[in-house]
Amino acid sequence: MIEIENVSKWYGTVQVLKNCSARVDKGEVLVVCGPSGSGKSTLIKCVNGLESFQQGKITVTGISVGDPATNLSKLRSRIGMVFQHFELFPHLSVIRNLTLAQEKVIGRSHDESVAKGLHLLERVGLSAYANKFPGELSGGQQQRVAIARALAMDPVAMLFDEPTSALDPEMIKEVLDVMVALAKEGMTMMVVTHEMGFARQVARRIVFIDGGEIIEDAPTEDFFHKPRSERAQAFLSKILAH
Amino acid sequence: MFSNFDFDVILRSLPYLFRDGMSFTITLTVMAGSLGLVWGTVLALMRLSDFPPLTFLAAGYVNLMRSVPLVLMIFWFYFLVPYIGQWVTGASQPIRVGAFMSSLITFALFEAAFYAEIMRAGIRSIPRGQMAAAQALGMNYWTAMRYIILPQAFRNMVPVLLTQTIVLFQDTSLVYVLSITDFLGAASKIAQRDGRLVEMYLFAAVVYFAISYAASNIVRSLQSRIAIIR
Repeated sequence: MIEIENVSKWYGTVQVLKNCSARVDKGEVLVVCGPSGSGKSTLIKCVNGLESFQQGKITVTGISVGDPATNLSKLRSRIGMVFQHFELFPHLSVIRNLTLAQEKVIGRSHDESVAKGLHLLERVGLSAYANKFPGELSGGQQQRVAIARALAMDPVAMLFDEPTSALDPEMIKEVLDVMVALAKEGMTMMVVTHEMGFARQVARRIVFIDGGEIIEDAPTEDFFHKPRSERAQAFLSKILAH
Repeated sequence: MFSNFDFDVILRSLPYLFRDGMSFTITLTVMAGSLGLVWGTVLALMRLSDFPPLTFLAAGYVNLMRSVPLVLMIFWFYFLVPYIGQWVTGASQPIRVGAFMSSLITFALFEAAFYAEIMRAGIRSIPRGQMAAAQALGMNYWTAMRYIILPQAFRNMVPVLLTQTIVLFQDTSLVYVLSITDFLGAASKIAQRDGRLVEMYLFAAVVYFAISYAASNIVRSLQSRIAIIR
């Protein structure tokens, strides 16, 4: 579904991604973790072309992201993305946040978009908030709306860029619950996160990235029980300590 | 101390002052403001584009307009536009543009530079993540601009744009150099005809103050009403 092959990226002379390769098969959850500044957010943003890269190849459902001939907008409309800071549209009501792209990008009728939007709001437990504005919601609620907004486009895969790291601790669970449910339904997901409990629960594989390099790419159980690299061991002991 | 003044002159000339003078001033303000806003938006988008020639052109235009005195621009356009028109259309004599058209063009072009800067700041004040989120949903640049970035930017900018328009309202009085009967021009004509300079200029000042002050207050209350909850 998502194939990342030998991707390298530079900001000027600074190399931020070094020959990264990873893959996510259909219906599989891949968790990407690593210290901050390691390039994991950059890597996930390369997958839907929000960040460009200079070398290597990324394909999603066989379509090459870096190819200038690719209709990037069309490809993106089929890949959902959830951001660290939610990025809901603050000037639009919650339901409008969910319907705008359905109408303007895939040309669904207004009624159909609203029906879809309401259905998804119900699914993330926020039916009552359809006519509120994002600023009136808590962080956890906003992030659940953001997930619903991405799902409204009927994505073939979902990308999560640190979806819980801007949240207060008591709100993390409500977002993770939605994500776990999504994973159990067989959604293809690539998730940048430090939530190791979540990773353990739903991830098929875990990629550990440090200094722009993929240090380890292992099945979840192996990663937790016998990480091969010292850097991954150090990272794990730090993150699991608390 | 006011015994030597004749404030009756104001009352007698009210119809002329407002029907001729103020209506011109307001027409010019609204039309120049609207045209300036459209052209200013284009300039702002050019300046924010990734295409260096466009950025360069827009920046050059804005800097030029902001460094030339407005009175000079008004003169310049009034006297030169007919010749430019002649040169462009190949007519045998200078094109008649008229004082209104000429001042309208001048103010629109001039204000556009200021509006453009306000809008550039407004657009840049929207977090980059908003564009990223719109694009991640499959919107192209223009769809994202139209539905996500500009509506938010406008809301941030409206107070500043309106304040700039209040300045424009005051600046339109500069058309007196073309002997146009705007509000100040009308007051000035009465003042000289009846020899009542102090009364008329005092009255003109009061009217400009009252309108500008009221408008500023409206802007302030509007500001709190349209603000986006974050």
